[in-house]
Amino acid sequence: MTRRRTALTFWLFVGPFALGLLAFTYVPIVWSAYLSFFDARDTVTPTEFVGVANYLDVLTDRAFLDSIGTFTVFAAFIIPTTVALSLTLALLVNQIRVARAFFRSVYFLPFACSYVVASLVWKMSLFSGVDSGVANTVLGWFGGESQAWIGTVDPPLYWVVLITARLWLQLGFYMILFLAALQRIPEHLYEAAWIDGAAPGWQTFRHITLPGLRGALIAVLTLNLINAYQAFDEFYNILGDSRGYPPFARPPLVYLYYTSLGSGGQDLGRGSAGAIVLALVIALATLLSGRLLRRAN
Amino acid sequence: MGARVDRRSFLVAAGLLGLAGCGSDTGRGGAADGPLRHWYHAYGEDGVQDAVRRYAAAYPGAKVEVQWNPGDYDSKIVTALRAGAVPDIFEAQVKVDWVRQKQVVPLDDLLGDTRDDFVRTLLDSQTVDGALYGIPQAIDTQVLYYRRSLLEKAGIAPPRTVDELVDATKRLTASGVKGLFAGNDGGVGVLTAPLLWSAGLDFLSQDGKAPGFDDPRAATAFGKLRDLNSSLLLGAPTDWSDPGAFVDGLAAMQWTGLWNLPKIVAAHGDDVGVLPFPRLDASGAESVPVGAYSAMVNARSADVVAAKAYVKWLWVDKADHQTEFATAFGAHLPARKSLAAQAEPLRDGPGKEIVEFVTRSGRIASPARWSSRANTALSDAVSRIARQGADPAGELRAALEVARDEIARLDR
Repeated sequence: MTRRRTALTFWLFVGPFALGLLAFTYVPIVWSAYLSFFDARDTVTPTEFVGVANYLDVLTDRAFLDSIGTFTVFAAFIIPTTVALSLTLALLVNQIRVARAFFRSVYFLPFACSYVVASLVWKMSLFSGVDSGVANTVLGWFGGESQAWIGTVDPPLYWVVLITARLWLQLGFYMILFLAALQRIPEHLYEAAWIDGAAPGWQTFRHITLPGLRGALIAVLTLNLINAYQAFDEFYNILGDSRGYPPFARPPLVYLYYTSLGSGGQDLGRGSAGAIVLALVIALATLLSGRLLRRAN
Repeated sequence: MGARVDRRSFLVAAGLLGLAGCGSDTGRGGAADGPLRHWYHAYGEDGVQDAVRRYAAAYPGAKVEVQWNPGDYDSKIVTALRAGAVPDIFEAQVKVDWVRQKQVVPLDDLLGDTRDDFVRTLLDSQTVDGALYGIPQAIDTQVLYYRRSLLEKAGIAPPRTVDELVDATKRLTASGVKGLFAGNDGGVGVLTAPLLWSAGLDFLSQDGKAPGFDDPRAATAFGKLRDLNSSLLLGAPTDWSDPGAFVDGLAAMQWTGLWNLPKIVAAHGDDVGVLPFPRLDASGAESVPVGAYSAMVNARSADVVAAKAYVKWLWVDKADHQTEFATAFGAHLPARKSLAAQAEPLRDGPGKEIVEFVTRSGRIASPARWSSRANTALSDAVSRIARQGADPAGELRAALEVARDEIARLDR
């Protein structure tokens, strides 16, 4: 009876979430894989089997390949920057003795902000192309000319907008992960090192702090990598609109959105094929990075 | 044991009821139990929403619920059409894929004697394979607004060719004011079609069986957008469809919709001139794009007959509603010639000139056979040419290939 009750309680709590996971994650994945082999324009119940034609289409589509290429470069930039800055913030917040909770909260707060809201603030206020935009006002103080930050392609100033928005939004989260890891490193290790003559600073950071952060570092790198490939919200809201999206700085998810659902088309077959290819690319990149990190350690 | 049987019976009954509930709302052509659901996108002008709700409430044939949809309405509609019976009626521009997937129903029988009263090109733009799928609600167009005083001060005549437009845009650019605003994407979205027309070309050939821009003149026309690039206003707080940048004096000229005429005239009074998009050269043509949201009926509606009857009442029979809808909240042209002739706000001044542009050089902005994929390929090409300095001929070759593929697919 007790066992039955335990089982019942288990399903009562887990059941709704398991059902949600099944209905909104696993079924769509399987359905998407199914659609990727059909001509599924404007329909989720296609009848025309096309084999691997959608995969060939996607893999020869310049826009899709550009989106993967651009974001591999984006990932190569944003991941080390995020890790370095969030780790620096965590070290600073961990060291201060006063108002630590305040600074922790202040840096974490942007993470609670909606990506859409932040994007609109970045687009319409901070980096608006008119003279009254915050960035242009600051430029004006130093005698600089106003810039169309989002609209300037050569040089690609729009990256300044996209990258600062992403850093502002996510640094706090990774800082908290590092902070938690820093606080788990036993204090006596530092004391032992000082007794043995290690100087506080780079030496203890290199030989005690960094090895102690190994788990957190791998987690942050992996989460960052996946997040970089899954970028959508700030890109869509800063550069795109309902009529379309420029061909530059187009992340894979924005490409897939416009192919499958947006006003760029309603081709669920090609979109699904792209989604499967992207999932494989992310899985491969994650596995590779995991293997490289393990080897480095 | 008895309790277990009762629970099971309850679950079975509940499951069956659930299934029955699901089934009642999806049958094509089944009996309608509830009200008709009518979707609009969110119009920017004050008062339109109240007006369409008032029209719906006045319909004697059925209860009609109006849904106002802000945001990415076009995507929402295509998703809704795939998913089921809601909405019963909606506004959109006909897409050939919707017809191929049998998601919308023909509406030819609704027009009756009024067919000849509707602007012919509008009906053509909503027609696929000889059948009409949308009843045009109003005509929208876009024109070049300019500040007369700024042009006079700079000694510039209103531009009649694309080169004159490029020259005027450069000369009107001064500290704090840019020559032209055509959207924060550098005009790619709204000027692609007028540039094609300026060269005497189009998205599709006349019979719709081939791309209409397989011509070196297309590359020349799009190259002009590159010439304009440095003098365009970019990064404005509002986009091309809003008059904000022009009203606030951020640009001396703006390419935007007729619908903004009242706000623009209110801000600048007589200092406003209007022009069609200029011709590329003597072989090209002036143009204004003509577009229309049309009322369409979802083929999965629980009561297609009732939905069609409502569309006929609202967009064919009720002439007073149509006139008010088009002219009382912003400037649009009624879709019927007899009503357009009576529309008070378009009888003089810039409004009258714009009506003449539409009559003389209106071109369909979004042909039903011009697919989204082909459009994306072309607009990517134009963006690379205009904003990144890519080779026009090479970019257009790639876009032509996609367009040919898409046309071939539609005819398969």
